[in-house]
Amino acid sequence: MTERGRTLEIHSSPHIRSGASVDVIMRNVVYALLPVAAFAIYSFGLAAALTLAVAVLSCVATEHWLCRLAATPTTVRDWSVTITGLLYGLTLPPALPLWMVACGGMIGVAMAKFLFGGLGYNAFNPALVGRAFLQAAFPVAMTSWMPALAPERFTEVPASTFTVPFAAPVYDGVAGATPLSLFKFDGQVTATGDLLLGLTSGSAGETCALLILAGGVYLALRKMLNWRIPAAILLTVALLAWILHQLAPAQYPPPGFMLFSGGLMLGAVFMATDMVASPVTNAGCVVYGVLIGGLITVIRLWGGMPEGVMYAILLANAVSPHIDALIQPRVFGVGKS
Amino acid sequence: MFSALRQHRSFAHGIHPPEAKDDTRDLPIRQFPFAPVMIVPLQQHIGKPALPVVREGQEVERGQCIAEPDGFLSVAMHAPASGLVQRIALAPGISGRMAPAIYLKPFPGSSQEVSDGTPCDVATASAEEILLAIQQAGIVGLGGAAFPTHVKLKVPADKTIDTLIINGVECEPYLTTDHRVMLEQQADIFTGIRYLLKVTGAARCIIGVEANKLDVADALRAGLPGDLPVTVEVVAVKYPQGAEKMLIRALLGREVPSGGLPSDVSVVTVNVATTAEIGRLLPHGRGIQERVITIGGPAISKKGNYRIPIGTPLRFALEYAGMAASTSRVFLGGPMMGQALPSLDIPITKGTSGFIAFTESQTRAPVEYPCIHCAYCVDACPLFLNPSQLGLLARAGQVERMADEFHLLDCFECGSCSYVCPAHIPLVQRFRAAKGLVRKRRAAP
Repeated sequence: MTERGRTLEIHSSPHIRSGASVDVIMRNVVYALLPVAAFAIYSFGLAAALTLAVAVLSCVATEHWLCRLAATPTTVRDWSVTITGLLYGLTLPPALPLWMVACGGMIGVAMAKFLFGGLGYNAFNPALVGRAFLQAAFPVAMTSWMPALAPERFTEVPASTFTVPFAAPVYDGVAGATPLSLFKFDGQVTATGDLLLGLTSGSAGETCALLILAGGVYLALRKMLNWRIPAAILLTVALLAWILHQLAPAQYPPPGFMLFSGGLMLGAVFMATDMVASPVTNAGCVVYGVLIGGLITVIRLWGGMPEGVMYAILLANAVSPHIDALIQPRVFGVGKS
Repeated sequence: MFSALRQHRSFAHGIHPPEAKDDTRDLPIRQFPFAPVMIVPLQQHIGKPALPVVREGQEVERGQCIAEPDGFLSVAMHAPASGLVQRIALAPGISGRMAPAIYLKPFPGSSQEVSDGTPCDVATASAEEILLAIQQAGIVGLGGAAFPTHVKLKVPADKTIDTLIINGVECEPYLTTDHRVMLEQQADIFTGIRYLLKVTGAARCIIGVEANKLDVADALRAGLPGDLPVTVEVVAVKYPQGAEKMLIRALLGREVPSGGLPSDVSVVTVNVATTAEIGRLLPHGRGIQERVITIGGPAISKKGNYRIPIGTPLRFALEYAGMAASTSRVFLGGPMMGQALPSLDIPITKGTSGFIAFTESQTRAPVEYPCIHCAYCVDACPLFLNPSQLGLLARAGQVERMADEFHLLDCFECGSCSYVCPAHIPLVQRFRAAKGLVRKRRAAP
């Protein structure tokens, strides 16, 4: 409104803001993931570096192109698709053929995020949807593991990495097994110390539990992650594993192994805590976490697959809106004298 | 430093905006000059406009009653200066809407003594007489609500009041008027409390101040008359601690029921500046002709706490306080709940606690993102509403669901949700609009 030569702006109150911003939150999640990504490259070498690069690029490019196609301003600057790309790459076997990596990234972002309406409207974690697609389409490739810390990892790339699209990848010299598959199929329990430090085989970014936890603590302290979700997941898994291990030690692994093996830590800290696909209330977050923890335990111990984190989180994503509908905060001055 | 370490009582949730009070908290209240023409609106309160009892061309004395209350939900108006009633005509109000007002031209160089009316003696007056005197003195909630104080103090027959709370929290950033009033007008406050205790029948009184005003707490405790059942309590610095429901929760642990009033939990709360005015005016039978206002913000060079005559044009006040030419935003009240003004051609009224002016560099609207369900708003809302859900429903236009299922009408628009929202969604703005819509629909037959 113009007022004697000066323009007075009229806005609705409040006239000050905290400075919190979606892009800042997202950028900090990327920061928290960087050490995990760096360790993935240290552990699996060139293969992991290529996998992560293609994962991030395919996700970012997909979102950018779809925005252009829809004639809307590009949303890649909010950093959320970078997180999707990084997380997606970190959940993949490092020796996965790069064309498969690109396929899953495109499908995750296009189907689970863009078609739902973009950031804020995705019911499922797009990174996990991309991974779930690969798991269904390429089950062999998705369960062929590179050994960790192989001496030639910085000089050679596994033959499978550059497989021509739609040709069957050749796994030459790739003969790792993850701690979970070792347990499932051979009954071997990997030492918890190795799991914490990431000396084992597995998906690119799931092996070093300590770095993942450190990233989670950083985000929780900055209030960019609801700590109740990972806490509920980890406690549920630990408790169930402890009970079962007490009942039948030969049949069920100890809680330490359950907690620090496979994708549990990465999933609990970075995937389940996706703000968009998790409940809003603290009580709801606890229910959601317990649900994920229970599902993981069931799939891992009684399912046909060694790992269950991905499906557990996707199932809980589907339940999350219903948790929000059922668990609302108690309004001030209601139901209390 | 130590106040941060000490655990003060408070309410759950809430936010911590920058206090921004350092510029004016130590500046004593200064008297403002008279403007060339004063504009006294007939409605400066919630309720019915007052009825003018002066004619155009009539000379009035400062403090003389110039408009009588029209019924119970209305208060009197008094001449802010000795002068001539120029005309009774429409004048622009805060919302931009025109409303009737008395234009008064002060006499230059007159003594400007205030004329006294019929005194109301606290020792002899009955509760009813005190309520009437408060209405005749034109007293309304000076914290900003401008609700007639005598209506608020009228305790329903089926309720009893055990505690009178004097609200000296002043949690809005920038504002320091209550701070200064509590330092400079203690005798008035204690006298006011005597009237209020008598009216409400409360056995005790608590003065609540925020922990950023420990000087006030010390001074009030030192000056406390021995015969008054008054305690001074320090509450945590947190916004919106000054909201009635939040202060009662912090001091007494009681929750005012949803849709209820403080009297439902045996409490009456009165703003400290209102209390001081009662103590200052009633013993002399006077009415409100001026009030203390903080003029601050980055665009003001002579920031301060000023005692400004009611009816002073805002333009005159801001120019006197040295408003920068580059001012791009002026709002009435604090930055959290204050209203942005479209024009400076409005008069200062009884409900005005401050004017804050910003220059261009401080006002840039950020990009709006979609809601990412971060729950920052859920953790901020002092009433435990779900602003995230309400925001989504507002977007979908489902205002009835907002009111019926998510307690929209409990929202008192403190703005905490908008303040913390990282997606920069104007949540409280949408809730305000939705509340208006719901009320309109419910009022319709």
